[in-house]
Amino acid sequence: MNKLTRAGLGLLMTTAVATVQAEEVRIGMITTLSGGGSHLGVDVRDGFMLAIDQAARDDIEVLIQDDARRPDLAKTLSNEFMQRDEVDIMTGIIWSNLAMAVVPSVVRQGTFYLSPNAGPSALAGRLCHENYFNVAYQNDNLHGAMGAYMREQGFERPLLMAPNYPAGTDALAGFKHLYEGEVDGGEVVDELYTQLGQTDYAAEIAQIRASEADSLFFFLPGGMGISFMKQWQNSGVEMPVFGAAFSFDEIIIQAVGQAAIGAMNTSEWAYDLDNAANRAFVEAFRAAHERTPTLYAAQGYDTARLILSALDEAHPDDQDAFREALRAADFASVRGDFRFGPNQHPIQDIYVREVVEGTDGKPTNRLVGLAIEDIQDVYAEQCRM
Amino acid sequence: MSATLLIEQLINGLQLGTMLFLMASGLTLVFGVMGLINLAHGSFYMVGAYVTALTTASTGSFLLGLAAGSLAAAAAGAVVELLVIRRLYHRSHLDQVLATFALILIFSEGTRWLFGSSPLWLSPPEWLAGSVALPGGARYPVYRLMIIAVGVLIAAGLYLLISRTRLGMRIRAGESDREMIGALGIDIRRLYTLVFALGAALAGLAGSLVGALQSVQVGMGEPVLILAFVVIVIGGIGSIKGALLGAILVGVVDTLGRIFLPALFGLFMSPSEAAGVGTALAAMLIYILMAVILAFKPQGLFAAHD
Repeated sequence: MNKLTRAGLGLLMTTAVATVQAEEVRIGMITTLSGGGSHLGVDVRDGFMLAIDQAARDDIEVLIQDDARRPDLAKTLSNEFMQRDEVDIMTGIIWSNLAMAVVPSVVRQGTFYLSPNAGPSALAGRLCHENYFNVAYQNDNLHGAMGAYMREQGFERPLLMAPNYPAGTDALAGFKHLYEGEVDGGEVVDELYTQLGQTDYAAEIAQIRASEADSLFFFLPGGMGISFMKQWQNSGVEMPVFGAAFSFDEIIIQAVGQAAIGAMNTSEWAYDLDNAANRAFVEAFRAAHERTPTLYAAQGYDTARLILSALDEAHPDDQDAFREALRAADFASVRGDFRFGPNQHPIQDIYVREVVEGTDGKPTNRLVGLAIEDIQDVYAEQCRM
Repeated sequence: MSATLLIEQLINGLQLGTMLFLMASGLTLVFGVMGLINLAHGSFYMVGAYVTALTTASTGSFLLGLAAGSLAAAAAGAVVELLVIRRLYHRSHLDQVLATFALILIFSEGTRWLFGSSPLWLSPPEWLAGSVALPGGARYPVYRLMIIAVGVLIAAGLYLLISRTRLGMRIRAGESDREMIGALGIDIRRLYTLVFALGAALAGLAGSLVGALQSVQVGMGEPVLILAFVVIVIGGIGSIKGALLGAILVGVVDTLGRIFLPALFGLFMSPSEAAGVGTALAAMLIYILMAVILAFKPQGLFAAHD
């Protein structure tokens, strides 16, 4: 074979590859599928893939990797996705500390990132980026909404409790921001900070009992909330309990059992939210996985549907057009109304749910009403895009 | 700070202490008798909790579940001893740590593979639910009082076992001179398996009791294991008496520190700063305690080998 033919063949092959890539869309998902808190990642994945499967498009390839909740691993995986697999869009990260390790460099290098869960304040404010979209919430949203709801319901002396780590202190700050707003209402009695990963709450419960509080708001994600609620039930303390949906998703309240009943929690979505998109989603998810979806599954589903709606308009290689299509958020969200604020985080309604006994005797969430309408995070004004 | 709150917190500390004792006694026995560092002790804690949760769910009897949990942990302990640990007695501590760490991974991933990563459901039975009034007016959960009672019973039982029975005599002999009791015709291999299974059963019992209070999930044993190691280092490695005293010391100091340190800093700081500094310092408190004790008694409070 002479040199010229070889060069010609090579050229032919590169153009062939290029045309395939121009048509196909690769999505890289890094999420937590093993270790503590993996049910969040599993639900995000299952919700996301449900929407992809329903779309039945053969030009979309989704690559899924497990980060085991480790920032270093997530970082390595994101580098692989960008350099080896050359993905167009990335998504999937559950935890804010992992998102902080991965997202800024991904979006700077020109890949789109859509967050199906983590919404750290820095990415909503100072580090916002035109290629970064958050389809779930800014982390403070649900806590703030509960602050607003509890003030409106006339609770005057809430006691707050959270683990002593950034998301914990942010949660309480978010709550207080909307609880201690303009109307002179109540006052926070005390703030208890626990250790991250703590499993025994006897000492905190004794302190709550001894306090003057009329209600309890807590943020204890994952196993911490399960332990706390079970111990709370047997402690004999009578006090209404409030939290964000992170401590009361369908999987956690099954593990908590009867102790969860009566707890109120805020969520941007509920499985009994009455709109056509949501009814179809819940039915399809239950049929596919034989369980009720959690808010994480709904977020994964919405993320995929947003991507699909934008792909109908443009290919991610045409960055400006694709970005515009994402900003338009022209899809039927399972949450009902959905739109992006200037920092590309949602402006959305937050609902209140109550944990009740379901028809099968197991605890489940029931929609109670609206906590706050069109909430937007306070970090948007720090965002210069 | 009222007296009732102080009493309640002391009982909380005692309850944490008795639970730690169940873990630490097995760990210290195994180390004292066989000279083995067993990182996989927390896995028996998890096995106990899982079997209790499953048995309670299928039979409806919590007591049956407790018994099944302890027995299953003992059985797991015996099997692990026969298959793996037996080969490690003459190896260095580093090899033991490596091999038992591998066991943690095998147990954790195996459990996840079998039961998934969602926590299992286990609650105290009806007759132990609720709370009773303490002298002074505060209410205290019945179930936690029961844990204290079980811990005291086990401590007394272990004391009798070690000081009054033939098995106890062999354990003590094994602690002081391993070669000699072999030479005296005692089947040292069976003794080791027995001691290891006993330690595992106690860890399984602790896991079962605590599982009903907290959550039954993969990896639940490791945080407790760290505390249990602190306990046996403070108490003196190999000493049951040291484990009991160390456990109660760690339980009480940890509980009171978590409550009173933030309050103490609150006297001269703003509430949120005090909470931050106090909580951070409280998390370190038992390690500071350990460092101080080791500075004065490098072998721990009641070292078995002096």
